[in-house]
Amino acid sequence: MSATTMLGRREFIRTSAAVGGGLIVGMHLPALGAGKLPKDAVPQPVAITAYVRIAPDESVTIVANHSEMGQGVYTSLPMLINEELEANWTNIHVLPAPVDPVYNHPVFGMQMTGGSTSTAAEWDHYRKMGAIARAMLVQAAAQEWSVDPASCHVENGVVIHAASSRRVSYGSLADAAAKIPAPADVPLKPPKDFGIIGKPTHRLDTPSKVNGAAQFGLDVNLPGMLVAVVARSPYFGGKVANVDSAEALKIHGVKAIEQIPTGIAVIADGFWPAKRARDLLAVEWDRGPNGNLSTEEMLREFSETSKKPGDIAMKTGEPAAALASATKTITAEYDVPYLAHAMMEPLNCVVDLRADSCEIWTGTQFQTVDRMRAAQVAGLPPEKVQVHTTYLGGGFGRRANPASDFVVEAVNVAKMAKAPVKVIWTREDDLRGGWYRPMWHDRFVAGVDASGNPVAWTHTIVGQSIMQGTLFESFIKNGIDSTSVEGAADILYNFPNLQVDLHTAKIGVPVQWWRSVGHSHTGFSVEAFFDEVAHAGGKDPYELRRTLLAKQPRMLAVLELAAQEANWGSKLPLGVGRGIATHFSFESYVAQVVEASVEKGAVRVHRVVCAVDCGRAINPDTVKAQMEGGIIFGLTAALKTEITFKDGRVQQGNFNDYPMLRIFESPKIEVYIVPSTKNPTGVGEPGVPPVAPALANAIFDATGKRIRRLPIRRSDLA
Amino acid sequence: MTKFFVNGKPVQVDVDPSTPLLWVLREALALTGTKFGCGMALCGACTVHLDGRAIRSCVAPVSRAEGKHVTTIEGLSANLTHPLQRAWIELDVPQCGYCQSGQIMSAAILLAENKSPSDEDIDEAMGGNICRCGTYPRIRSAIHRAAELAREQRTK
Repeated sequence: MSATTMLGRREFIRTSAAVGGGLIVGMHLPALGAGKLPKDAVPQPVAITAYVRIAPDESVTIVANHSEMGQGVYTSLPMLINEELEANWTNIHVLPAPVDPVYNHPVFGMQMTGGSTSTAAEWDHYRKMGAIARAMLVQAAAQEWSVDPASCHVENGVVIHAASSRRVSYGSLADAAAKIPAPADVPLKPPKDFGIIGKPTHRLDTPSKVNGAAQFGLDVNLPGMLVAVVARSPYFGGKVANVDSAEALKIHGVKAIEQIPTGIAVIADGFWPAKRARDLLAVEWDRGPNGNLSTEEMLREFSETSKKPGDIAMKTGEPAAALASATKTITAEYDVPYLAHAMMEPLNCVVDLRADSCEIWTGTQFQTVDRMRAAQVAGLPPEKVQVHTTYLGGGFGRRANPASDFVVEAVNVAKMAKAPVKVIWTREDDLRGGWYRPMWHDRFVAGVDASGNPVAWTHTIVGQSIMQGTLFESFIKNGIDSTSVEGAADILYNFPNLQVDLHTAKIGVPVQWWRSVGHSHTGFSVEAFFDEVAHAGGKDPYELRRTLLAKQPRMLAVLELAAQEANWGSKLPLGVGRGIATHFSFESYVAQVVEASVEKGAVRVHRVVCAVDCGRAINPDTVKAQMEGGIIFGLTAALKTEITFKDGRVQQGNFNDYPMLRIFESPKIEVYIVPSTKNPTGVGEPGVPPVAPALANAIFDATGKRIRRLPIRRSDLA
Repeated sequence: MTKFFVNGKPVQVDVDPSTPLLWVLREALALTGTKFGCGMALCGACTVHLDGRAIRSCVAPVSRAEGKHVTTIEGLSANLTHPLQRAWIELDVPQCGYCQSGQIMSAAILLAENKSPSDEDIDEAMGGNICRCGTYPRIRSAIHRAAELAREQRTK
């Protein structure tokens, strides 16, 4: 065994990441939690860099600094590295990164997964990491053979010196390569030489996800671990006024019932006794400042507010004058509700808190923030806290919580448990736990001239800010939280006179990014209202989009591709309507065409055609999967779900009253990717925004009914 | 003491007989492939087989398993060779993967009873299994593919 291997967790690396993006050079190589590796990890690999480890058996471990929540990064990141590393693909394994600055997001400067940025932001970085490791392996071989490294090349995990017909495998070079100083700059392959990038590639995580082996946070079991559930206030900001736990304590298996900042923790030797005991708790709640929340009232207030001018997010031309002189004006108001993320794996977190350390296992999108918050609560320096990232049973933004709510609470429970403890949220806890996509109200007034061309477009948005009151508050500029107006203020249509303004509502409901964030409401309202404007001016909604996107070649191309594949303008069966929408989000361009009908008072979605330009598609099959998933996610929001309040309480609790789209409601979906040589852009979220408006527009085409609120109700179709 | 069989092996557990089978599998027997999603038989993530029938283990008290045979995702095949697993891998069905154990266990009963299911048969058999990632189109294709693979296996 080599010295490097023996150093194990405490080894040092000379240059862990000698490339741009604010990465840290010369820092220690983070420990990877020996003894707690996922099942598919490989023992005793040698760290070539912080991102690449190679073992004598030729297995190659890629350290992933982004969380796998279904979007395919545990395949796309290795693809990027291996494009340059050129190891044998079948030997590649993935290990979640521990929390360490060397694994920070190259753009956001902290370890996190979000904003549809993982693959796009790592495009250069991961390829460089692969190239650096390859250069070190080649250098090691060249030294051994006393030849010029430039006379060697690599192939499928082997360094070759063709002139002397010598070959040596990566596995046998790992020790020597790890001692080579990392080169500062290694040229990257020109795209024409790409091997794996752009090729549909099987996901590396699929096998473990079809036999039960993949480990999610909820699956973590530690020796002596207890299980806790928490009785939380049904009112946001409410407090425990009184608790009687006498009956609950009688349940066999209950270890402790303790008050923590978020409520009453019931700690037991398993989930079932904890849950049964919680059901027997008699808790009186002090309702606090939000005890009277009412959706009905909010709807009224939002609508009233939207008639007043707000903070200006965007203004071009003279919209007021243009409206005044328009031949025809069109006014409409749109509403979308609070939405829960409803990941299939409810929130959970395992904490092993000791006097001088804290270890956390959870499916998180927000490692740096979680560690910081956990350290504060544990009273430990951050470096004494380690976060082990498991697979995420869905994230959609919820697991990137600015307050680290589910992690902080679990550390508080661990303080009481005096043993390793897993906090499990039931589905009801999860759906009622807040941090929703904000409720939004959008009011539009547009004007068209005598030939039906739009001359003015004004849009007033009312809703809560996601950034306000969080550590991201500094992102709010001049009263405008950009996530409140994204997709509206940066609208791509060429309106000569445009105004977008914002009223930031102050409501005590915790809100958060939800797959596609602000675009999840602006996509709907802007694109559905666009359809209204087109019809008011007697224009075909597709042709009007073409006209107003003339200076947006990438959007124009996806629009035309979607329309062409959907055979826009062709006859449909009786009762079936067709709608179209486009949306630009996370730097990607998407257009969708929906075919739908209303049968017996219910919407039936027959077909969705989607065209996407996301720059270079790293793994085209993943791009397709994300569009398919985004469309179904968006259809659930369009047709099914809302979180509403009455007397301060959330009215929904489980999949009976917060229903998901099911397989028998799922349409035929076709995805077309625009070939591109531009840098990759977002994929996880951009498929969501266009589907609700395309559906609303299809319903109008089929029935003449305008859909101006989501979810679509039977009464809006009659 | 409740005695039953899991994936062919006899087990006995000493828990409150009202405890749902799901938690016995996950906590007492460390078979974590079966997932908790809703606790109300609404999502299908906890689907296992009880004497060859699909059940929602989150609402099935362990007492119901007394003397019976339970099959979980871990027992579907020893080495990813079940036609459904092969089809799921071939078509890269899972995204987050959390619901897929339940999806596959529901699909396994469908295929056992119907060698060539139609889209309508699939919709009916799989309607109780939610996938938040939206893998339904691939689930449908993969079940058709698995049926094909199973037919090939039988004719070999």
